[in-house]
Amino acid sequence: MVAYRIDRHSGVATYVQIVQQTKQAIRLNLLRPGDKLPTAREVVEATAINPNTVLKAYRELEREGLVEARRGLGTFVRRSLGAAPADSPLRGELDAWAVRARAAGLEREDVAALFSAVLEQHFAHHAGERAQHEQHEQHEQRDRRDQRDRRDQGGAS
Amino acid sequence: MTDTAMEAAELGKRFGRRGGWGLRHCTFRLPAGRVCAVVGPNGAGKSTLLALAAGLLAPTEGTLTVLGGEPASARARVAFVDQHKPLYPQLTVAETLRMGADLNPGRWDARTAERVVAGGDLDPGKRIRALSGGLRTRVALALALAKRPELLLLDEPMADLDPLARHELMGSLMAQAAEHGTTIVMSSHVVAELEDSCDHLLLVGGGRVRLAGEIDDLLAAHTRVSAPAGTSLAPHTVVTSRTTGRQLSAVLRPAGPLPGDWRAGAPTLEELVLSYLRNPEAPAPTELQETTA
Repeated sequence: MVAYRIDRHSGVATYVQIVQQTKQAIRLNLLRPGDKLPTAREVVEATAINPNTVLKAYRELEREGLVEARRGLGTFVRRSLGAAPADSPLRGELDAWAVRARAAGLEREDVAALFSAVLEQHFAHHAGERAQHEQHEQHEQRDRRDQRDRRDQGGAS
Repeated sequence: MTDTAMEAAELGKRFGRRGGWGLRHCTFRLPAGRVCAVVGPNGAGKSTLLALAAGLLAPTEGTLTVLGGEPASARARVAFVDQHKPLYPQLTVAETLRMGADLNPGRWDARTAERVVAGGDLDPGKRIRALSGGLRTRVALALALAKRPELLLLDEPMADLDPLARHELMGSLMAQAAEHGTTIVMSSHVVAELEDSCDHLLLVGGGRVRLAGEIDDLLAAHTRVSAPAGTSLAPHTVVTSRTTGRQLSAVLRPAGPLPGDWRAGAPTLEELVLSYLRNPEAPAPTELQETTA
């Protein structure tokens, strides 16, 4: 199970935070294929955010093929994410690199800056590119779907 | 069940024959299943609007439809929590809940009532009169939620709650919306308090509806820009603009692409609301209201 933490001052849209935290949990193997995501009701009760925000995040995850909604049952993780689980050789190499960086006198901020620069270089922009997508959907469609999703989510809690 | 929770056309309310208008020329539509923030300064007409929706006041002019009918006829399916949380002071908490159950036969959800009350560490034997403002709010919300209304009207519900109780009770409200598709309308003059919980906005100011619609759509229709002082903002619709030194900052509704040398960004809900309140003359986006409000 995953508990979402919403940071209101991060400047990141709330539904994007839920998408990111779910992916992070999948990446870290805290969520595995077959696991159930919390129902919209459970998330909003704990976070006091709007139910539609949760449903929007779950739809985004569904569109990316990471989760699937099963009618009346809830939303389930479909696949794992990332080729680098916590105990992979890549992690070991990064760990060794961090030790060397520290020994070379680099501060935390230096390392973070260096890491994000290299990250940018090899993985061109990615975050937020889908964020605008949903804005273009028809309102009526959204209304109908929200109602259906609510029924599904409600029944599953 | 209708897909419209509330609809107003040229709604107006005047207090006394020669009194002032508390609300006038209000036209908006609130789809069912939304969580709507009614925002505006003190005395803007928020409480008047909610009392009209609850059927406690009658309109002086225009019409207001609630759940497809007259506000008074929808009363069994509507719950209203007034900002003063009127309860019977001589009853105990337990007696108050029993009264709620007796007054709402067939609808009453005793488990919800008990859960909301239990969250506050309330002694059921205590009299309402002996409760603090925050605990009284908790009892009032317990009554409203346990009624399982289709439309929940809350006037300044969070004003006297501590931050923990506020978060917990807002969570309970959102859970009810998620589970039952309840339409929630709540007023506040603190926008930040409602930002994450609401998906629909009704901005009331000077007795008029200044802005109405889905919050995402309203935010997407406006842009916050900075440009060199003296720049002409035409042909865009300016909500507010201010010049500080060499810089001009404005919130506007773009009429087309913006020049590349302006710095542009999306406003927050609070910025948007404040920009309309700062400029009482700012025109309401009519095309938006027609399609989404």
